Amino acid sequence: MLTIKNLTVKFPSRFGDFTAIEDVDMTIKPGEIHGLVGESGAGKSTVGAAAIGLLQSPGYVSNGTLTLGDTDLRTLTLAQAHKVRGDRISMIFQDPQTSLNPLMTIEDQLIETIQAHSDVSVSAARKRAVYLLEEIGIKNAAQRIKAYPHQFSGGMRQRVVIALAVSTDPELIIADEPTTALDVAVQSQVLDLIQQLAKERQIAFMLITHDIGVIAQVADRVTVMRKGRVIETGNTAQVLGTPKHPYTQALMDAVPPLDRKIDRFRVPDVGDTVSTLGDFAENWLLEGQLHDLTGLSLKNLTVRFAGPRTSFFRKPPPYTALDDVTLNIKPGSIMGLVGESGSGKSTLAKTITGLITPSRGTMTLGDTALPFGKSRSRHHPSRQLVQMVFQDPYSSLNSRHQVGDILTEPLWFYGFVKDAKEREKLAVSMLSLVGMQPEVITKYPHQFSGGQRQRIAVARALLARPRFLICDEPTSALDVSIQAEILNLLKDLQTKFGLTILFISHNLAVVRQMADDTAVLRNGKIEEVGETHALYTAPKAEYTKSLLALTPVMPTYWQT
Amino acid sequence: MIAFVKKYEGLWLFVHSPAAMVAAVFAVVILWGAVFAPWIALVNPYDLASFSLFDGLLPPVWLDGANPKYLLGTDDQGRDMISSILYGARLSLVIGLSALAIAAVLGVGLGLAAGYYGGRFDAIVMRIADVQLALPAILTALLIDGIARGILPAAIQQDLRVAVLTLAIALSLWVNFARTARASTFVQMNKEYVQAAIIMGQHPLRVMFVHILPNILGPLLVIMTVDLASAILLEATLSFLGIGLPADSPSLGTLIRIGMQFLLSGEWWILWIPTVFLLVLVVSINILGDFLRDVFNPRLR
Repeated sequence: MLTIKNLTVKFPSRFGDFTAIEDVDMTIKPGEIHGLVGESGAGKSTVGAAAIGLLQSPGYVSNGTLTLGDTDLRTLTLAQAHKVRGDRISMIFQDPQTSLNPLMTIEDQLIETIQAHSDVSVSAARKRAVYLLEEIGIKNAAQRIKAYPHQFSGGMRQRVVIALAVSTDPELIIADEPTTALDVAVQSQVLDLIQQLAKERQIAFMLITHDIGVIAQVADRVTVMRKGRVIETGNTAQVLGTPKHPYTQALMDAVPPLDRKIDRFRVPDVGDTVSTLGDFAENWLLEGQLHDLTGLSLKNLTVRFAGPRTSFFRKPPPYTALDDVTLNIKPGSIMGLVGESGSGKSTLAKTITGLITPSRGTMTLGDTALPFGKSRSRHHPSRQLVQMVFQDPYSSLNSRHQVGDILTEPLWFYGFVKDAKEREKLAVSMLSLVGMQPEVITKYPHQFSGGQRQRIAVARALLARPRFLICDEPTSALDVSIQAEILNLLKDLQTKFGLTILFISHNLAVVRQMADDTAVLRNGKIEEVGETHALYTAPKAEYTKSLLALTPVMPTYWQT
Repeated sequence: MIAFVKKYEGLWLFVHSPAAMVAAVFAVVILWGAVFAPWIALVNPYDLASFSLFDGLLPPVWLDGANPKYLLGTDDQGRDMISSILYGARLSLVIGLSALAIAAVLGVGLGLAAGYYGGRFDAIVMRIADVQLALPAILTALLIDGIARGILPAAIQQDLRVAVLTLAIALSLWVNFARTARASTFVQMNKEYVQAAIIMGQHPLRVMFVHILPNILGPLLVIMTVDLASAILLEATLSFLGIGLPADSPSLGTLIRIGMQFLLSGEWWILWIPTVFLLVLVVSINILGDFLRDVFNPRLR
């Protein structure tokens, strides 16, 4: 049993000590899955690292007690700590791609770990390794054990990582975002496995994640953290269903539900909504609104890439990224596009914007055909009418340009506003429209948080006066409360300006909140398209059904 | 002042790196000496009237028989060593910096375009770069020198020696810039801000120079410092071998070549002083380059 009391971790820096976590209390009983949630920077991972004694240098535990059973983890010598790690505490990391050694077979890695912690022969270790793999659900383990990590899929690799973690019979496993890199189907298998191990082997789990759905699905108890402090702790059903602390309540309000649509997320008011500064930009945008709403229809769109080369002399076989995609996005509506990683979602966005050339099909924007890829000239009207909001707000803004330059570029480029002063005035007004202060105009992107950058990215897209907006996973890099703000913003702007939006996301709950229609993409093929409510309540395709069933959600009866 | 230093990461690192500070002091002193040589130097080594053969082969002041007027002694012509070195460094730096500028413009331009367009254009540029790398710099210089001698009329050859030398050095240095610029551009091409610019329909030149270039300047600056040292060394090598500048307008390399003749006759300072000077200059620039690399690459810190 792990007991953490008054844990404080500090990181010395040249500006004085930085307190990463402060006064953290937590107990995890054998067989208990203890969820640790919080937004980025809350100190979740630091708690895990402190427990296993792997705090990143120069961080140190400045106060508090850490005990596992009756061992005081703080007083251990290096050698003893090394023995405890692995023997009694194990760890599962986020990315199975990097936590396994790519040059060693699964067998060698398992045998190495087993032998490091118990004095057994190689053949006994091998036997145990095969047994472990079978236990965690890898079929035909005796043969597959000879494989290298890259020959396994992502989910299989994460199982192997779990096998490594349990190979030494630990009392506690710290799982730091163990399913974040995985698709929902694989995620649910891994979560089942964790639950099964906790139950059968009485292993205690510290499950660190930002995904409240995951916690709701498997955790027995949960601790909510914010800015290095524990906000609330208790039974999962109690904390998530009837949160006591206002922060937890706000957090729960921001989580998009899968089973119903809410009109707006309840987010704390920023306060300065009375400003009329945005009216100028709003009027300017509405001015450009003379023509009708613009839809987009795709017919039999097929995209092929060159696959891996098999022979020097033969052409590599093509790999089909999009297969006969037909999709009709109604003018003024939001089309949601969901699918797992590798399903071709981003390929579709890039094809529409002309970055990728399809091999077959037609694209029609409004009533004009869109030329493909490089044959679309730089002056084609669609360059202005179609704009995009990207996934990663850290790379979608040029870090060497001031916000003002980023925002005025489309105005200058499309020749909307000739006068530089006027352009700046419009940019400032647009910033206010997306909920930012005017003085940020002279700052650089790195001075902002992810959510603020995404607002700037939305402002940039709007300043091109688009009629059709592609949002490619616009919130997947953001914390859930920020996500709620951005989704609210996008909704407001869409209603105000009659934009047509293609909203791409892997998160089914988010799409349900945003989209009028939803399309489900799998391996480049559209599995199902339909009106969002109908698709979510009565899915027709098997694939849609399984996606909906596997997405972790909070039981409805928890909610007040 | 402290707040200012704290605000700028690079400056903070700088005041905490003694090696970089010492190197910077040397580099700045040498640069000043070179720029203001005509005002600082005792004599003008190019002006035969300003020195006298009677002062020839005087040793530095700490040896017997020295004239305190010439702190580091004189050469066989009676030229003050300090003056020769200052003027020599001036010439070396001018050639090094202009060669660097030509190499940077050529290399960064080609590298950016290769990274942006990829495909066949990239393949052609990079194969040319590979061929260039296979030729030793001296061979390239000899080739250009030979061509220049062949096609230029004898009358202007002497006047164009500096230009030919600069071009020869530039041609052997552009590959570094091209390779670095290309590799960095490849990374930037996948960034969404570049895609955003392309989607808007911006001109490729604007995307390359307004959007990508500012983001790849870090590694290029590091290459610049390291290559400045190479350029100076290359110039010294060529002049030492006699392909570079003639004895009447001595650069650092020419001074070293002249000094070689006196090595065995006991007048060691004529060789050693310019050599040590060149060494200090090159090492200082290299240390500064190393420091810059640390500033721009947080992972090495």
